[in-house]
Amino acid sequence: MKLSLRLRPIAFIGVLLLAWQIAVSLHPGHLLPTPLEVLRGIGDLLQHGLLLKYIVASLFRVTWGFALAALLAIPLGLLIGWYSRAEMAFNPLLQILRPISPLAWIPIAILWFGVGDLAAVFLIFLCCFFPLLLTSIQAVRSVPAVYIHAGRNFGLSPAAMIGRVLYPAVMPQLIIGLRITLGIAWLVVVAAEMIAVNSGLGFLIVDARNAGSRYDLVVAGMIMIGVIGWLLDLGMRSLERVRSLRWGYAED
Amino acid sequence: MSSSIKEGAISPSPETKLVVEHVSMIFARDGKSVPVLADIDLDVRRGEFLCIVGPSGCGKSTLLNLMGGFLPPTSGAIRIDGEIVRGPDPRRIFVFQERGVFPWLTVEGNIGFGLFKLSREERERRIAHYIQMVGLKGFEQAYPSELSGGMKQRLEVARALAVDPDVLFLDEPFGALDSITRLTMRGELLRIWETEGNTIIFVTHDIDEAVQLADRVAVMSSRPGRIQQIVDIDIPHPRDISSPRYLELRAGIYDQIGLAHRI
Repeated sequence: MKLSLRLRPIAFIGVLLLAWQIAVSLHPGHLLPTPLEVLRGIGDLLQHGLLLKYIVASLFRVTWGFALAALLAIPLGLLIGWYSRAEMAFNPLLQILRPISPLAWIPIAILWFGVGDLAAVFLIFLCCFFPLLLTSIQAVRSVPAVYIHAGRNFGLSPAAMIGRVLYPAVMPQLIIGLRITLGIAWLVVVAAEMIAVNSGLGFLIVDARNAGSRYDLVVAGMIMIGVIGWLLDLGMRSLERVRSLRWGYAED
Repeated sequence: MSSSIKEGAISPSPETKLVVEHVSMIFARDGKSVPVLADIDLDVRRGEFLCIVGPSGCGKSTLLNLMGGFLPPTSGAIRIDGEIVRGPDPRRIFVFQERGVFPWLTVEGNIGFGLFKLSREERERRIAHYIQMVGLKGFEQAYPSELSGGMKQRLEVARALAVDPDVLFLDEPFGALDSITRLTMRGELLRIWETEGNTIIFVTHDIDEAVQLADRVAVMSSRPGRIQQIVDIDIPHPRDISSPRYLELRAGIYDQIGLAHRI
């Protein structure tokens, strides 16, 4: 029973792939490659060593942009959230910067950093920075007053207050924020690579189309993006199962 | 303002633990000032179990927060052992409803939370002692989300007791528990109070709870809160809650608050 439940989504995908294969072979044209062609495309990429290279290139940019944003946005957000006056000062600016799509920054990124990794990392950084900043401001502000009071009551120094009360209290929300942000970063890296660099999965898609209308490679790139995005999310989700964090998610 | 009260001028009698002197509290809400407490005077004896009862919104929780040092009074002062209260202090621990336990720490971690200044051995000894005392043995590694409401409440009391405070402030600690657990918890609190000898100031809106637990019951009027009457509960523990004296005292407080005896 349990196994068959687990197999159900795989079987479903299998049926869809089969339907795709049949549908395309019934109407041969150039609207979509067949799953087999895509598989062959992935094989091609593997053979030329491009697949791994492009995946690593994309992950590299996401890692740097995401890590830099987290390193800056989280402490800053905690600080702003803690001092309500700082929040009042920052809030209007944040509310205006936040709705600007990271893609709107592409021309400026290229102007500042040229065409290359740095521009892409900068775009990832931007798209992670604002959501993370807002999440951490919100996280501090929603720490129940009883925890703060209890910390003060037991005579905690300000540093101990941050380390032993504030930080553990905001962790669950921060992790949700990090998870969502990593998802955004993965969306944006593809767009950034289509314009600013000549490697990575986003570049693969644009290049495959421009260089020879290799739609098998376009679809292969899309599938790799999907699979890796899913794996990244699974990785972040596994953090939510840490025992000392679980209180922030479980409803029962 | 509090500056009109000379510090150290009053030498408290050895029996007096806590004194509330002409305390008033005014909150500013939407530009309007709302008087919450009006000229409260109250003495609490060392080792006493004092209950504060009153209708909801009468400011009893605010009064307790002032005593705990979490808020400064608008005017007047609160002294503990003759010293003016200027902030929270580990010698007097505030127990919230079970919401106050830290969900990211285990039972052990919670009880040991305030013991960071002690040596490792002493810390472990106290944790073990208080786990035993509140009946959480076998749950040392459990997280609060794995405990029942009553167990969480016991955990919070244990965390407070572990730092060996002179005064415990309890703000409707059993309010969120079911009625059977609440009765058990009252018995346990009395047992702990009799062994530990802390001064306990206990806020509740439950008149029965107050008459069952307290040495004295301070009855507050509705906003702005004043102390209407202080009732001595002269029944020794364990109390027979069907005795004529119990019923008489209880009826007196009902009258005082203006509640009917029939529904």
